Amino acid sequence: MAAPPTMSRLEWLRHELTRRAFATPADTAITLAVAAILAWLIWLDLDWAVVRAVWSAEAVDTCRAKDAGACWSVIAARHRLILFGLYPYEEHWRSTLACGAIIATVVLSCIPWFWALRRLATLWVTGFAGYFLLMEGSPIGLTQVTTDQWGGLSLTLFLFASVVLLGMPMGLGLALMRRSSLPLVQLVASLVIDFIRSLPLLTTLFTAAVVVPILLPDWLQGDKIWRVIIAFALFFACYQAEVFRGGFQAIPKGQFEAGQAMGLGYWRVLALIALPQVFRNALPSTINMVVITFKETAIVVIIGFFDILASANAAFGTGDWAPYYMEVYVFVGLIYWGFIFSLGQYGEYLKDRMAVARH
Amino acid sequence: MFDKERWQRLTLWDWIVQLALVALVVVIVWGAIESARVNLAALGVTSGFWFLDRSTGWSYSFALIEQSIDDSYARTLLIGFLNTLLVGLISIVFATIVGFIIGTARDSRNLGLQTFAGTFVQTFRNIPLILQIVFLYSILIHLPGPKQSLTVLDLAFMSNRGLMLPTPDLPGFAIVLGLAAAVGLGVAVRRHVDGVLRGLALGFGGTVLALALVALAFGPAGEPLLSVPQLKGLRFRGGVTLSVELVAMILGIVLYGSAYIAEVVRGGLNEVPKGLTEAGQALGMHAWAVWFKIKMPMALRSIIPPLGNQWIFIMKATTVGVAIGFSDLFYIVSTSITQSGQTLELIFILMSAFLLVNFTIAQLVNLLNAHLALKGH
Repeated sequence: MAAPPTMSRLEWLRHELTRRAFATPADTAITLAVAAILAWLIWLDLDWAVVRAVWSAEAVDTCRAKDAGACWSVIAARHRLILFGLYPYEEHWRSTLACGAIIATVVLSCIPWFWALRRLATLWVTGFAGYFLLMEGSPIGLTQVTTDQWGGLSLTLFLFASVVLLGMPMGLGLALMRRSSLPLVQLVASLVIDFIRSLPLLTTLFTAAVVVPILLPDWLQGDKIWRVIIAFALFFACYQAEVFRGGFQAIPKGQFEAGQAMGLGYWRVLALIALPQVFRNALPSTINMVVITFKETAIVVIIGFFDILASANAAFGTGDWAPYYMEVYVFVGLIYWGFIFSLGQYGEYLKDRMAVARH
Repeated sequence: MFDKERWQRLTLWDWIVQLALVALVVVIVWGAIESARVNLAALGVTSGFWFLDRSTGWSYSFALIEQSIDDSYARTLLIGFLNTLLVGLISIVFATIVGFIIGTARDSRNLGLQTFAGTFVQTFRNIPLILQIVFLYSILIHLPGPKQSLTVLDLAFMSNRGLMLPTPDLPGFAIVLGLAAAVGLGVAVRRHVDGVLRGLALGFGGTVLALALVALAFGPAGEPLLSVPQLKGLRFRGGVTLSVELVAMILGIVLYGSAYIAEVVRGGLNEVPKGLTEAGQALGMHAWAVWFKIKMPMALRSIIPPLGNQWIFIMKATTVGVAIGFSDLFYIVSTSITQSGQTLELIFILMSAFLLVNFTIAQLVNLLNAHLALKGH
């Protein structure tokens, strides 16, 4: 909201404050109470996290003092474990670069210039390949590091990127199948989508990790991590298919008919007329799904992966650092929060922008 | 699907595509069955549900009905299912209440309420649920022991052993009877009550009165009506104890779920045309009355469908409790798999249970939706 032209900024601010914060005695009371509570909470946090905190890695003993606040020494000493897990220490620069590649991919995807199927696909495949080559190492002449040594934040980002990259085309495929004019194709897609959507993600991943080996012959089983990624991607795809379906429904039927009347076949109507609009319509909900996926990767700790939550537990697992679980969880929580909050805000901004553009 | 015309319009090519898909599905299913046969034979597992009668030989932290080490797998699974339902239903109720309050506050004109609700939503929605639960659990188990427990008026106690709450010392049927009487009373007089506050006061008073009457009729003579937890030696006696795992789970799911529900509620309130609320104000209706009689009834129609999805989400989210060792259905199933090796049967039970619960919730939400739909539309 901008100030109306007849008022100066200051007048407008005062007007808004009177209207929204101090209109009635009850309003004033609520505003002051909330301000007091928030100020108290912020002071408690600052006092613990900054004023009385211990920062240096060598000072474990000062952490034990009675009036010591947060013991950030645990982060100073163990942040490499939390971020990179059991990845070989001398190779951590590779993990850092690889994480940077994924983060850069996500950030670049937010720039409208990339919002074309080919550009976006190229960007994600490049980013993912960059991550994989750096982490695994052997194809580009670095020391090989196998996936079972990947861990911490880099494993979380790896799961996230591969699920989105695999799940997106799968979701589009399922959405097209569900819209198909062929009844049996539609039936199969609906059954798969509704089935996966009514199960908890944990059940799906657990099935992939534990049950699928029984259902597959030896030569098809592959690594546990890939089975879990494919199951996770299927979960993502089933939700994303419904997002795409919403995007299709927003397109007037006449456009499809017009395409057919001009002699375009199914695939050309799809590629030239429908999909560009579907991606646009579905963008805010897609960002929402991507955010949810990033959050949900945290549960792989339950089926035995060394993701950022598992490495956090390991970080305060040894005797000396055991009392400082809170610092470690706050650190990990802030990493998640930072990613998710900024992506979420970006999604909101986009939704508003597109709502305006439609009018 | 069963539209006859649709089938008649299919070309030969359409049929080839469809048959290829069906063939693929058949091959996958047949391949899975065949591999399962080979793999299970190699492991020496006999499939079938006979193992459900065997006793498990292990115990776990929390059960609603009596449990012992000699329980059969069937009974243990039932206990897990009841625990899942318990956490799910309690969380759904509280998350919905908190969500409506926070959502309304976010929609309010008051800057303070908006800021508070906004901070709440942005904090709890943007951190993974499992991290919140593990964090809460770590804090709770580091609380002081029963002797130095935190307390409210010496009635409720919180310590590293869990949350101890007072319970009414009445037979279960008497409590149900009292609540039913209160609800009956409320329904009977609801047409004659004007104003929300008076209605709430009457409803609350009616409930207390009905419970008091039932207590007089059925309560044990000469004993206190409330069983209050009391410290005897190193542990508490009396009242009811909610384990630390249960408290952490419910608290975590309620905070996370209510942040999502608040956004659903805010969205619904936003969609109510401004003219309607302004008309209410112009008629001199109090802000509460505008909210209860105009905004909420209108908003509910767009709130209920996504709210149903949130309820299903909460039910599914209970599985995360396995991370702190809460004995929900998922925990029981995964432990049973390790112990008995009956992987396929147990996963089948787990999936069926969730399909059943989520289908039931979806049906209830549909009923609610049909009931609320504007008549004549």
